[in-house]
Amino acid sequence: MRHADTAWVLVSTALVMLMTPGLALFYGGMTRAKSVLNMMMMSFSTLALVSVLWVLYGYSIAFGESDSQLIGSLDNLGFHGLNGASVLSFAAFQLMFAIITPALISGAVADRAKFLGWCVFVVAWTTLVYFPVANWVFDFGVDGALGDDAGWIVEWGVQDFAGGTAVHVNAGAAALALALVLGRRIGWRRDPMRPHNLPLVLLGAGLLWFGWFGFNAGSALAADGLAATAFVNTQAATAAAVIGWLVVEQVRDGRPTTLGAASGAVAGLVAITPACAFVSPLGALLLGVLAGAICALAVGLKWRLGYDDSLDVVGVHLVGGAFGSIALGFLSLDGGILYGGSAVLLGKQAVAVLAVGTFSFVTALVLAKLIDLTIGFRLDREDESAGIDLAEHAESGYDLTIAGVGGRTQAAAPDPVAAGVPSEAQRDEGRVPA
Amino acid sequence: MKLVTAVVKPHKWDDVRDALETFGVAGMTVTEASGYGRQKGHTEVYRGAEYDVTLVPKIRVEIVVDDDDVADVVGIVAKAAQTGKIGDGKVWVQPVDSVLRIRTGEQGAAAL
Repeated sequence: MRHADTAWVLVSTALVMLMTPGLALFYGGMTRAKSVLNMMMMSFSTLALVSVLWVLYGYSIAFGESDSQLIGSLDNLGFHGLNGASVLSFAAFQLMFAIITPALISGAVADRAKFLGWCVFVVAWTTLVYFPVANWVFDFGVDGALGDDAGWIVEWGVQDFAGGTAVHVNAGAAALALALVLGRRIGWRRDPMRPHNLPLVLLGAGLLWFGWFGFNAGSALAADGLAATAFVNTQAATAAAVIGWLVVEQVRDGRPTTLGAASGAVAGLVAITPACAFVSPLGALLLGVLAGAICALAVGLKWRLGYDDSLDVVGVHLVGGAFGSIALGFLSLDGGILYGGSAVLLGKQAVAVLAVGTFSFVTALVLAKLIDLTIGFRLDREDESAGIDLAEHAESGYDLTIAGVGGRTQAAAPDPVAAGVPSEAQRDEGRVPA
Repeated sequence: MKLVTAVVKPHKWDDVRDALETFGVAGMTVTEASGYGRQKGHTEVYRGAEYDVTLVPKIRVEIVVDDDDVADVVGIVAKAAQTGKIGDGKVWVQPVDSVLRIRTGEQGAAAL
């Protein structure tokens, strides 16, 4: 690996790392004020948990050398044997993907998931689902030469440049499972549950968009033309998706919303993720505008089907990720039907989406059910009504009134004399005006 | 003395205040409130879900006035806040037993 490539991969790694705090803002602003901290903590806790897992065994399970096309090995436990710029920068880069993928799921369980249950779920799901799936999609074999030891999805010729299946379909399918196991929030359908802080949502979306250049262009793993192609297509598709989403809102609801602009950007970023190195800039525009419009319609599905995917992880990530992956069957410059290819690529893309989606959904469903039956996953009704921030973290996101929360430290108990409260005798004398 | 409480449309609040100051009311307490009357809110669509906005933003103004001024103040508020459309709000009057100006200790009408 040339030094320039290492530099670009390391910078991209830092860019992708910033996406998870960005996601915390994006999701945090969308919740109600009483649960913003818990929502952000689900991202931050994932940042901590998965980083530890990655060093201990995650990298090894995902990318340790093995003859299997399904999983790595235990050769690199504790980062054992990983030396040199090439492999270490790759390991760091891939860690950031392993962090944001489970963090994405948290949007489906706003306001109502016990924090301990969430942490256990992250550890279990990342171990049993993400690490193997990362092998399927991102293990390019020894020296990137593919072959029998590479992941089955990439080896089979499926096109997923930066993780449309491994990250977005994967997270979206798990999100649907969690929404089903945890059930609907109290007041779902009855209360509007509108976002409490849209500036936070836009700031988060901006950070995600920024970090996504590392995600997509960094996935070239080199400072080369492929990276530049991915970069340009990422911008084109995202911009078009914002427009696509807002046009749907304008036509359907009469007004374009900031939440729609932010969600449209994310929908475009999700859809271009698998495709960014395989389409033309015009193809990226088409992919983006369609992704924006389709996801804008897809987020309404939960109302009809009755599942509380609180912040639309399914509608944006599962639908957007599946759409971007499958659209490659048409739009790929390398084998897409519109560019003279056969339906073979389209079929492979669909199989990869189904395989990852099904594996993730079923495993997440079982894990969530097990957690719910043992330590409990769903918060008590009373705590949920009062707000998960106070119940689970003993904090509230905003303390805006002069009176504050009305609490006092024990050391500062009021002294009646200093406070000027009249004694019993003074009160009897009638010195206090009626 | 009487407590005059008015709940008015937010965009008429400036007119109400100007009219009251012109009349000579020395002070008032103002709160942002939300509620509904016959206006009953309206329907909105947000992120594909239609729902009723039943609580409408209002401004609540509270003024303690001398008995002689009550009719004038009520009339001034009503005139300034009126648009003739549904949702203009209400004004009501309650008796006040005592008033004390904290800084000086003055009581009754002198404290207004």
